[in-house]
Amino acid sequence: MPLEEVGKDEMERGRRMIGKELAIITVMGRDRPGLVAGISRVLAEHGVNIEDISQTILQDMFSMILIVDISACRTSFESLQEALSQEGNVLGMKVLMQHKKIFDFMHRI
Amino acid sequence: MIYSKEEIFETIQMIDLENLDIRTVTLGISLLDCLDASGEKMIARVREKIRRLGGGLVPSARALERKYGLPIVNLRISLTPLSAVIAGPIRGMGRAEAQAFCCEFAAQLDEACQEMGIDLMGGYSALVHIGMTLADETLIQSLPAVLSSTSSLCASVQVATTSSGINMDAVRIMGEIIKQTAELTEKGSGCARLVVLCNAPENIPFMAGAFHGFGNPETVINVGISGPGVIKSALLAKKGLAIHELAEEIKRRAFKITRAGELIGREMAQALHTRLGAVDLSLAPTFKVGDSVAEILETMGIERVGAPGSTAALALLTNAVKTGGAMATSAVGGYSGAFIPVSEDMGMVAAASTGALSIEKLEAMTSVCSVGLDMVAIPGDTPAETISGLIADEMAIGVMNHKATGARLIPVPGAMAGEFVEFGGLFGSAVVMKVSRFSSREFIQRGGTFPPPIDSLRN
Repeated sequence: MPLEEVGKDEMERGRRMIGKELAIITVMGRDRPGLVAGISRVLAEHGVNIEDISQTILQDMFSMILIVDISACRTSFESLQEALSQEGNVLGMKVLMQHKKIFDFMHRI
Repeated sequence: MIYSKEEIFETIQMIDLENLDIRTVTLGISLLDCLDASGEKMIARVREKIRRLGGGLVPSARALERKYGLPIVNLRISLTPLSAVIAGPIRGMGRAEAQAFCCEFAAQLDEACQEMGIDLMGGYSALVHIGMTLADETLIQSLPAVLSSTSSLCASVQVATTSSGINMDAVRIMGEIIKQTAELTEKGSGCARLVVLCNAPENIPFMAGAFHGFGNPETVINVGISGPGVIKSALLAKKGLAIHELAEEIKRRAFKITRAGELIGREMAQALHTRLGAVDLSLAPTFKVGDSVAEILETMGIERVGAPGSTAALALLTNAVKTGGAMATSAVGGYSGAFIPVSEDMGMVAAASTGALSIEKLEAMTSVCSVGLDMVAIPGDTPAETISGLIADEMAIGVMNHKATGARLIPVPGAMAGEFVEFGGLFGSAVVMKVSRFSSREFIQRGGTFPPPIDSLRN
């Protein structure tokens, strides 16, 4: 890799993150139609943008991880959590939302 | 993704399945500006200051719990050692009047705890490792009455340091005080809020030993982390590791646990407009399966704690926790070892009740962890001098090894060795441990000072 390319991706990623406040949403349970639609509807209603999304099967359990930008969220962090967990109840899924910083602290030096 | 799925699930699993939590956030508050010769004025100032500075503790912690999905189990306040605070008001009072004043002050502090939703408040303390002032003596004599009439106030008495040696008169008196306290409280439970200390750090977040030492700023946040379950499951997941590989696994996990403590500490300090004083690396068990320090040692291959190898296994654990944890925070402090209470830890209780763990082996193990003989229930008919003997041994371990240690002994009235005692809540249940029937009476009654060790003379 040419020297000027080193760290370029990280720089670019850093540039894109400026001004954003990220949270991680984890949705766990049995896969079913309408999951993504349900969760993203709640996010859209709150003015929260999805930055990244990924699905996986972990120990027979479906899980979906969303990285969202809450900087333009129209309600408090707690109200959004409440709305997501209510939607989770409707869908029969467990929904967690945690501020990104805890993952930074625990997994990045 | 900016994090891998594994990283995200690891954190969630630690919290959901392995009981990762913040064991305590403790706000230290200096009361030195509340001093007054008038008891009434002093108490009013203290109450006002605690309410003003500590009012935000509970709501801020609840908000952070939601933000990070990480439980904060206990919220506490530690105060300037109160013997310094009562010194003015009790001057000129008769003995009975001074005792009544101490009880009134303690009741007011207990009420403040209830009012604010704080679970424990520390600092009903005296530092008497060299000798006692009148106020120290008054405070110590008031302990049985105060501990039996309050439910949240915690008391500590430092009777030894490496640089001063052991105040053996204080050791003798504390044996008697512990015995009186036990007799005045149900199942001796008042003694769960009383610890005798050696080389006490001034920034302990854990009770009963927390006080806001004189070297501290006006206010400070100290954090105690938890997470024995996280360490245990890391060791369970990997079979056949050599000893140094065990240490490596523990270090990795300790790093992550401590980072969580560092984050909560920084944010709590910011929310309360103060600073983060210390993150205590000690692994602190809670009374539930999978959250036990003893279970970690058993996972390492000790059949039951107390079996030969237990001291080495515990030393391996505390050393690795410190090495991993120290990298993770800029504010290491408090005890930073491991807690092995024989009541708040189910594995420790099981070890004691099956006869695997004796009080003598426990004492040996305290030389390589942090808090000493912690929450040890002993027969109610143990003589006061024998209790002082146990304290003296523990203080000697601390003094000679330049380390913090303590004795929190509970002589359960009417109970015999082997009986189960339920203290309830945070303090769990304990099995009464057998104590040697041979006497330490003459040694303890000599009184005087145990001289400091030669290697404390470092200047």
